[in-house]
Amino acid sequence: MPEKLFKVNVEEYILPGNRACSGCGLSIAYRYVLKALRENTILTLPASCLTVLHGLYPITSVGIPCLNCTFASTAASASGLVAGLAAMNRSDITVVAIAGDGGTFDIGIQALSGATERGTDFIFVCYDNEGYMNTGTQRSSATPMGALTTTTPILTKQQHKKDMMKIMEGHDIPYLATCSPAFPIDLYDKFVKAKRIKGTRYVQIATPCPPGWIFPPKDTVKIGRLAVETGIVVLYEIENGKFRFTGRSKTIAEKGTRAPVIHYVERQGRFKKMSMEQLGQFQRWVDGKWNEYLRRVEA
Amino acid sequence: MSNVQIMTGNSAAAWGAKLCKVQVVSAYPITPSTSVTETIANWVERGELKAEYVRVESEHSVMTVCVSASTVGARVFTSTSSHGLLYMHEQLHWAAGSRLPIVLACVNRGVGAPWSIFNDQQDSIAQRDTGWIQIYCRDNQEILDTVIQSYRIAEQVYCPVMVCYDGFVLSHTMMPVEIPDAEAVCRFLPPYKPHTILSPDDPRNINPVIFPWQRRDAEGVLRDGYMDMRWKLQHALEGSRDVVVQTCRDYAELFGRDHGGMLWTYRADDADVLLAGMGSIATEATTAADLLREGGIQAGVVGIRVYRPFPREEVREAFRNIPAIVVFEKNISYGYEGALSADIKAALYGAGIQAPVHNYIAGLGGRDVKAGELAEAARSSLAAIAAGKKEQQTWLNCVTE
Repeated sequence: MPEKLFKVNVEEYILPGNRACSGCGLSIAYRYVLKALRENTILTLPASCLTVLHGLYPITSVGIPCLNCTFASTAASASGLVAGLAAMNRSDITVVAIAGDGGTFDIGIQALSGATERGTDFIFVCYDNEGYMNTGTQRSSATPMGALTTTTPILTKQQHKKDMMKIMEGHDIPYLATCSPAFPIDLYDKFVKAKRIKGTRYVQIATPCPPGWIFPPKDTVKIGRLAVETGIVVLYEIENGKFRFTGRSKTIAEKGTRAPVIHYVERQGRFKKMSMEQLGQFQRWVDGKWNEYLRRVEA
Repeated sequence: MSNVQIMTGNSAAAWGAKLCKVQVVSAYPITPSTSVTETIANWVERGELKAEYVRVESEHSVMTVCVSASTVGARVFTSTSSHGLLYMHEQLHWAAGSRLPIVLACVNRGVGAPWSIFNDQQDSIAQRDTGWIQIYCRDNQEILDTVIQSYRIAEQVYCPVMVCYDGFVLSHTMMPVEIPDAEAVCRFLPPYKPHTILSPDDPRNINPVIFPWQRRDAEGVLRDGYMDMRWKLQHALEGSRDVVVQTCRDYAELFGRDHGGMLWTYRADDADVLLAGMGSIATEATTAADLLREGGIQAGVVGIRVYRPFPREEVREAFRNIPAIVVFEKNISYGYEGALSADIKAALYGAGIQAPVHNYIAGLGGRDVKAGELAEAARSSLAAIAAGKKEQQTWLNCVTE
């Protein structure tokens, strides 16, 4: 691992002293995302935790040019940047849209599907913290079954998480990947690769959220790792339709050492009202997804 | 050498955009605006217009594309109508707040529920407070000329402009239109210089969260708070009046056509009653004024061309010595009266003008408005005014029981 760390770009594009919560999974991920994307990049982002992380006018913690846009419009904003830059003969710049799961799975899905179907030359990054965290932990379609949120405060969320990767894969794009800030080299490599590819690229980052998921800020990496160990988050990439496990998930798939979801669930306050029945459903749902991935590798 | 073609209002709008060499066009189809951007798509695919054409999945995305492309320095254009404009509402605010010189052709149409594809001006009037300049056109020539003028105005004051014209009445009606010389348009319209550059050469975080109060930047310079920025937008819109008037004057000098700066008048000098309106209903009112004059009533017309910024001084000047004002309009500010009538009255307040103002809501959802009906309405208002009735709101040619 150490020799792999040396290859990481030493430049920092996100300055210390940003306004993210302590232990924020996004802030770890974002640091490596920007290191991989480097200078020649323009970002666009909707109202989200990242807006807060970026700080308040006229001071900002980000060293990459950013255009803030409205909640539903992230991918359309990227389309406008791509078209505008083409019109200005600046096609050398990588346009990157970055939104939370609300801005991707929910309110932003129409614009995202449109931009993706048009084959817009950009990277869409979803940092998935499984809820509307910026507004104080409300349910989103990315929230897992059995989680407490402020809009599912007693009965917990009754539905499974939306499989956004499948929806995006349905658009036949050249590159899709999942990653986690708990595995930064895997994350870094995927963004380096994504930057080299033309067309629409989609990367989904599973970002643990201490205040929203209710765990101590010191445990962000631990929770991130457990998500992967249990197969709830699966590290993979799909390049031109070809599925491939990566990093820790590849090892788990090869050795068959996937841990039960209870190891992940029991460490988070958001699952404290999860019933045994829900736990069983959650495990079966994770098993089902995992087996789908295994079949894709075997095929 | 003049180049006159017979064309629809939608073709005229497209021609205006083409002559301005727009660089990014984005659109979503909606009746009756659709053929504006269809025409442009044709030119782009034939290579007759070098522009990026982004065929998005909704009007919300249309205006988003316009905002982002304009931010990186491209001249952008779009058109829409009715629900398309309403769906853009959030982005209209964002465009004006970002101080981007976007030009939008709004082909006026009624809004649901229930569905109507026909003309009134409820769609654009409902966007009145988004910070856009709104110009209402009377004929197809004015549409073409106004699109060109709008880029010069927008790029000078850094405010977006909505060029409004009535659906079907103008959008689908053929009229002779002179197409200005492309070279001359280039001379009239200098290239667009964006006020903020979004580029890796000079990284900035544009439109982040802002406090209500002023705040120092990293160099210790005190920067605007939210409210200071809002004042600047208001100040820019107020100041754009002079730019509108000067632009019209310069355009008239170069191309020989003056559509009136903030407003236009017709037979107003010796008038005892002035009819007022915006767009095609004001054109209809000129025929009504002629009819009234044939019947011995000295009538004239004031056409409000620019609705935002509102021509406060021009309205006061136009109505200063008039004993009666009759406002016809194709919108309703529900729970009050027609938006134009309310604004005219507000402009007169404090200027010592005590003229009665009668307000007619007409032609909603495309209901026919005939010059004779306008003349008859004016006659009945004059009788009511003579009997001492200073204010009146009437829904013209409508069942109101």
